[in-house]
Amino acid sequence: MGKKLLLANDHIPGIQSYQVYRQHGGYASVEKALKTMKPEEVLEEVKKSGLRGRGGAGFPTGMKWSFLAKPEGVPRYLVCNADESEPGTFKDRYLMSRIPHILVEGMITSSYALGAHTSYIYIRGEYYYVAQILEKAISEAYANGWLGKNIQGSGYDLDLYVQVGGGAYICGEETALLESLEGKRGNPRIKPPFPAIAGLYGCPTVVNNVETISAVVPIVNGGGDAYAAIGVGKSTGTKLISASGHINKPGVYEIEMGITVEDFIYSDEYCGGIINGKKLKAVVAGGSSVPVLPADLIITTAAGEKRLMTYESLADGGFATGTMLGSGGFIVMDEDTSIVENLHTFARFYHHESCGQCSPCREGTGWMEKIIHKILDGHGTLEDVDLLWEIQKKIEGNTICPLGDAAAWPVASAIRHFRAEFEEYVKNSSQIKKIRHYDLINH
Amino acid sequence: MAKVTIDGRTIEVADGTTILQAARMIGPDVAPPTMCYYSKLKTSGGYCRTCLVEVSKGSEKDPRPMPKLVASCRTTVMDGMEVKNNTSEKVGDARKGVVEFLLLNHPLDCPVCDQAGECHLQDLSYEHGSAKTRTDFERRTFDKIDIGPYVQLHMNRCILCYRCVKTADQVTDGRVHGVINRGDHAEISTYIEKAIDNDFSGNVIDVCPVGALTDKTFRFKSRVWFTKPVNAHRNCEKCSGKVVLWYKGEDVLRVTGRKDQWGEVEEFICNTCRFEKKQTNDWTIEGPRQVSRHSVISANHYEVFKKPRELTINTIKPLESGEGNK
Repeated sequence: MGKKLLLANDHIPGIQSYQVYRQHGGYASVEKALKTMKPEEVLEEVKKSGLRGRGGAGFPTGMKWSFLAKPEGVPRYLVCNADESEPGTFKDRYLMSRIPHILVEGMITSSYALGAHTSYIYIRGEYYYVAQILEKAISEAYANGWLGKNIQGSGYDLDLYVQVGGGAYICGEETALLESLEGKRGNPRIKPPFPAIAGLYGCPTVVNNVETISAVVPIVNGGGDAYAAIGVGKSTGTKLISASGHINKPGVYEIEMGITVEDFIYSDEYCGGIINGKKLKAVVAGGSSVPVLPADLIITTAAGEKRLMTYESLADGGFATGTMLGSGGFIVMDEDTSIVENLHTFARFYHHESCGQCSPCREGTGWMEKIIHKILDGHGTLEDVDLLWEIQKKIEGNTICPLGDAAAWPVASAIRHFRAEFEEYVKNSSQIKKIRHYDLINH
Repeated sequence: MAKVTIDGRTIEVADGTTILQAARMIGPDVAPPTMCYYSKLKTSGGYCRTCLVEVSKGSEKDPRPMPKLVASCRTTVMDGMEVKNNTSEKVGDARKGVVEFLLLNHPLDCPVCDQAGECHLQDLSYEHGSAKTRTDFERRTFDKIDIGPYVQLHMNRCILCYRCVKTADQVTDGRVHGVINRGDHAEISTYIEKAIDNDFSGNVIDVCPVGALTDKTFRFKSRVWFTKPVNAHRNCEKCSGKVVLWYKGEDVLRVTGRKDQWGEVEEFICNTCRFEKKQTNDWTIEGPRQVSRHSVISANHYEVFKKPRELTINTIKPLESGEGNK
């Protein structure tokens, strides 16, 4: 069994409630931080832990926190990004609905480290029931003196609010999230300035993922060094993985960074192998945005080493032969899956979710979807595949926010690794038409 | 002060200047094209991505190149920065892509569009686009909407540059104009179908780079290249009263603000001047206006249409020293 930090108490009945959570060592990190540590010392522990952002980009959290501007007389904010919208990712929902207090506890400790006196949890509209669970947890924390004025007699004040969003994917982008939180249309801002300088209401702001903030709890409790001892290289600690697709045991797993991908897919502790003993075809390792990899490249790297569940190992080989750990949305596809069909689902999603501010993403995502749909329907040509490749290249890197990249990468990787399958659709178009149109085309 | 080199030409500019502004100071041949940036409107720019440039050297202190192309209209210069615009293959490639994206849903109804001849998208496609289209999908369509008695919105042509939104925000009072929906089905709209109804609303026509917002008093009256631009002014209580009258024969067909070489108006004008004063005797005529930049207009005779006095000054050269003694 791997070590568990976030989900260690997941099996305990009633852990959702304050009493049970507290009995099992809850809020110890707040006590420790507020009574025995200075804010800088908390920050130092987080830096030592090597914790990296769990939302997708994997930016070192300690570094992000130390970038926060601290001008006199200006409030600072901590915002928790609970707008988990990446297709294939559902770890935050699991964590928040099972153990809501760990997030509340993490928010208090992190806010203390950053010197924020008002903090927000921005949660997507579809998670309304989770927001209610969080609201309840927060009111319990207020009632027991963990939030509000003069927390536990330490002199530190903090107010924590839950804000429910409208459910747009784009509001998971940190600046769009801040716009939405301010009550505006959720469009990403043009950076610079970065939120660390001018974020929420123009004040210095840190935006962190649910899992990142929750991980601060074990880091403060056990010390940064102990956290850093888990994992491999710069990928430290544990990571929640949302495993889905054609596997025997889909669900949320907390893994120690550094187990092999093969282990994760086939061991009984985690995914438990492919359904019906079929062969593995491809894996999207970190949520729909990251490149899809064929079975041989996900099990071993191009250099022939075993691929590990770490930021570095999954990214080994760049985009040519690698992918990203991303948000940990691990989608497994068996040999019967159509990559083109899967890609169409993703492309349709990005088309629907593009905010429409900048032209490459606004027009490009729709165009890609239409072309993939055309190929899928048996009307495609080989030129369409080349065109698709061209379009994704024109989008990637030329947009305001990473949504453009997120839309381009799946297309690029599908063509890179599964070009033959696209060509199959083009060459067997008459057969495809029969299948897709239930043979009505001949009537 | 910061020293910045754009396409091999160096200029010293004040701190906080954007790359685009610096490039415009050097001259039109290095200035990136813009579709959404408008120097008179705050927070405009960054959306269309036509002004992307390559920063090959970040600054004197940190000479690393920037990893991605950056929007020059929203990126400030650093001392020692080196920028590649027309000299960069990557930029040319990306710009071609942007033109293709912008034209993807654009109806290309230039033959019946009032903006033709002074359309920025037309210019951009001439300069950076390709002659062929690679799409055969149906374009998105919208119904035409009248916003107020003078302005018509033709959403099909819109490239979502947000200029009119910023104008409505910053020049007119009370925000009644914005964007609804998302992605490629986003559209410009007025608040609950309310007409844009205030003294400066007509400026959205001038800032629109394409023919999405047109002057209803001018629609289908004439192609712009058949009209003669003339500078004129009048005493106006609401605005500066400095305008351009567009004549066809004896008639003033339309009144617009005065646009500079970047296609931006020098001053915003009020609706009274724009829509209601269409008689020559409403105005004090200053003389013909030089229109130099736009492709179609500059191809005809207005280029040589100069005031007699200007011609005299330009053609009589001062004597060089010693020349008179011969």
